[in-house]
Amino acid sequence: VALRGRKVASMAFTLYSLIQTAILCTNAIAVLHEERFLSKIGSGVDHGVSGFGDDPGIKAQVLNLIRSVRIIMRVPLIIVNSASIVLLLLFG
Amino acid sequence: MDLPHHGYRASKQRGRGTPTGGESMLFDDTSASGMNTQGYYTPGYSMAGPQNDTQAGVSNLFADPMANAAVMYGSSLANQGKDMVNKEISRFMSVNKLKYFFAVDTKYVMKKLMILMFPYTHQDWEVRYHRDTPLTPRQDVNAPDLYIPTMAFITYILLAGMALGIQKRFSPEVLGLCASTALVWVIIEVLVMLLSLYLLTVHSDLSTFDLIAYSGYKYVGMIFTVLCGLLFGSDGYFVALAWSSCALMFFIVRSLKMKILTSLTSDSMSTSSSAKPQMRMYITMATALFQPVIIYWLTSHLVR
Repeated sequence: VALRGRKVASMAFTLYSLIQTAILCTNAIAVLHEERFLSKIGSGVDHGVSGFGDDPGIKAQVLNLIRSVRIIMRVPLIIVNSASIVLLLLFG
Repeated sequence: MDLPHHGYRASKQRGRGTPTGGESMLFDDTSASGMNTQGYYTPGYSMAGPQNDTQAGVSNLFADPMANAAVMYGSSLANQGKDMVNKEISRFMSVNKLKYFFAVDTKYVMKKLMILMFPYTHQDWEVRYHRDTPLTPRQDVNAPDLYIPTMAFITYILLAGMALGIQKRFSPEVLGLCASTALVWVIIEVLVMLLSLYLLTVHSDLSTFDLIAYSGYKYVGMIFTVLCGLLFGSDGYFVALAWSSCALMFFIVRSLKMKILTSLTSDSMSTSSSAKPQMRMYITMATALFQPVIIYWLTSHLVR
């Protein structure tokens, strides 16, 4: 019975774990370094096909997504991270 | 846009209309403008007062002027709260678009459930349009709706609780855990679909709500599977799992094929379209193949 009861909770997600995952992924995107990493991968696409009449490829879309996420989520991430640090310090 | 309003006005009492409709029946709408200057010092006190009074008696003429003033203040407070909630919600999602998805009727629900369980005889999968706006579900059986997924999700949670109770494994935490697990899987699936559609620049007209609807249709299959598993044991469970997986895969492939594969690509068809139809087919097939996996994952622990 203990084994069967454990099966329910084996891959159980709570909403809290979803929020945690979202915060961690967004943090990972936000800490990517511009000079060392992104411009090396991104420079090939920027000077290449700029994709006006054509649909941009997957790499251009991914870089676009990363850039826009970094710009938009910079300030909210500061707030959310500070709040979660305080909450984790207080409530463990 | 008159069409969603028409759907909302004629639809039944489901959905978002009930709380605000109940409010205006509880509180007489005598929102006097002078009451708003009082501030919010004792909102709890005055909200408790009018609710007790108006629930006890239907007539709004009280002998006590203080109770009358309290009723008017409470009703104006309720209206303010309602307006604020509406404004905040309409910033995130358009309520009209949501009303379109709940404009269903019994005939549509019956036909849609039949199609979900046995899609092999359905001929015409095209979503019909009416002057550039998609038809409401009650006029077009192919249109996605959010009523069936919502009801199926809630029924699935209740059924999971019942299944666990039959096996004497029930506790209220497990129910909440089951509910949030299923919800998180829906969110993950919708996010992955949105991401893949964005990355491959598929300009389809699938909105977020459409994706939520299509990924919520699997709960009907899950309910059927769990019921058969409970009634007929382990063999019935696997038979029902195979049946509903095949039906759901067929349904998803046929529905999404219309929307993803025939969506408008940009002007240069020759150069970019070489990889496009393959990737779109991959997306459709991946979505379809994901359904049996998640059905098995979410229901197997209920039937053992």
